[in-house]
Amino acid sequence: MKGIYLDYVSSKPIHPRVLEFAKPYLKHGCGNPSSLYSVGLEAKRILEDARIKLAELINGENENSIIFTASATEANNLAIRGTALRNVSKGREVAASTIEHISALNPMKELQKNGFTLNLIPVDSMGVVDLAKLDEVLTKNTTVTSIMYANNEIGTIEPIREISTIVHDKGLYLHVDATAAAGYIPIDVKADGIDLLTLSSNDLYGPQGAGALYVKPGIKLQPILLGGGQERGLRSGTENLFAIAGMGEAARIARDEMGQEAQRLKGMRDKLIEEIVTIEGAYLTGHPTQRLPHHASFRFEHIEGESILLNMDMYNIQVSTGSACSSKTLEPSHVLLAIGLKHEEAHGSMVLTLGRSNNMEEIPTIVKAVKETVERLRKLSPLSNKGVM
Amino acid sequence: MAQIGYSKKVMEHFMNPRNVGTIKDPDGYGKVGNPVCGDLMEMFIKVKDDVITDMKFKTFGCGSAIATSSMVTELAKGMHVDEAMKITRNDVASELDGLPPQKMHCSNLAADALHEAIKDYKSKKKSPERGSKQQREDTRQDQKQ
Repeated sequence: MKGIYLDYVSSKPIHPRVLEFAKPYLKHGCGNPSSLYSVGLEAKRILEDARIKLAELINGENENSIIFTASATEANNLAIRGTALRNVSKGREVAASTIEHISALNPMKELQKNGFTLNLIPVDSMGVVDLAKLDEVLTKNTTVTSIMYANNEIGTIEPIREISTIVHDKGLYLHVDATAAAGYIPIDVKADGIDLLTLSSNDLYGPQGAGALYVKPGIKLQPILLGGGQERGLRSGTENLFAIAGMGEAARIARDEMGQEAQRLKGMRDKLIEEIVTIEGAYLTGHPTQRLPHHASFRFEHIEGESILLNMDMYNIQVSTGSACSSKTLEPSHVLLAIGLKHEEAHGSMVLTLGRSNNMEEIPTIVKAVKETVERLRKLSPLSNKGVM
Repeated sequence: MAQIGYSKKVMEHFMNPRNVGTIKDPDGYGKVGNPVCGDLMEMFIKVKDDVITDMKFKTFGCGSAIATSSMVTELAKGMHVDEAMKITRNDVASELDGLPPQKMHCSNLAADALHEAIKDYKSKKKSPERGSKQQREDTRQDQKQ
């Protein structure tokens, strides 16, 4: 049976046109962008071309506002630690929502260990940041506030413009992790009022091994990797030309095709949600309308997420879960707990994220597999009354 | 090399678990884990002349929780209760060709559930007035629905 991949939020295949575009830089190598001979200059040109494409995707001021890194994790680290450490003269407070990605939360906690005050901003049951609380806790000493554009586990899109107004009224800089959102919804750093923005290559259908941080002109950061001074001294280390060239092309394609693709995905997403919530004891997690167009996340009573994942895999359908049993820490997803789910509720989560390979004809197959999976696991579960006697 | 993912045998038991269900008026009943932690197992045994003649389980949990439950019923059926008490978590795991390291603790409770069921059987043998059914209902009421 043909597989149905529904875990685009975890990993994406490289777009064939991206691969075509970037392959020469992998195959032949292309010199070091820092070298002055002709081959090096060609590498430099490729790098700058990618920078322009990234800046265009998010309406950045110019290509110099893009710093390439090796991953979105690194971009989050640079944004948070780099800004906080460079601006200690302005204050030693930082803030983040409780549902940030672990690569934003952990640098925040590290700063806290080193004497910074960390304010964690709660979210409501749909995952929307509590704006009143944000307004209440930020001060002029809050140098960096990190709020994601949209959440990867529950799909909720945050009201970034309102958040930006509060941050700039009360605090200093707003960092936005757009890893899950970029390529699906339009992002305009100028209109949105964003100071620092994280992007991931693979989440745009680019190669793994590249990320980027948009830094608004004028903002000073402290580098976290020291060395040869690449990327305006903010990120030393020879650039991964293949991944960066691919990321640039992926950004260009996303910019051109996002509108149409998002509409297509949204149609499938809505159908999935409509069908799956009819299952008894099945609930949508995250916001019903303010959510990513490709994102459908659920929880099911009385069954456990890793079992759901394994059972769905038997239908050759790949899904994701926030269950503790599938995590390294054996803790359920901090996002599901933050929206107020109890541990036993968070264990039964399933995340479906659609992408380029999916089409409407697959929806009935997916829904049938979900229904059969839930029914089978409930028969095994002592918590469900529907079991066999 | 550390084990990556589940063995074929774990997946086989996960997909086709043996002895799923409950037993009315069991001679022994054991329950371990809780839904907050993500694993809950119930074991029911029928015993004749100290030999386990029938055994059923119900499990809420991950792949290894379900597979270990299934495996322990296969191992213990037909065994003398004193022998069955000697089945360890490691026995269950190795019969399944191993479990990933992080699963050895939390999701490998099946042997414990079996032991609880046997202890229940032994205590009832001593004081027969403690009906198993009653106990089962008490336990069920404790569960958060």
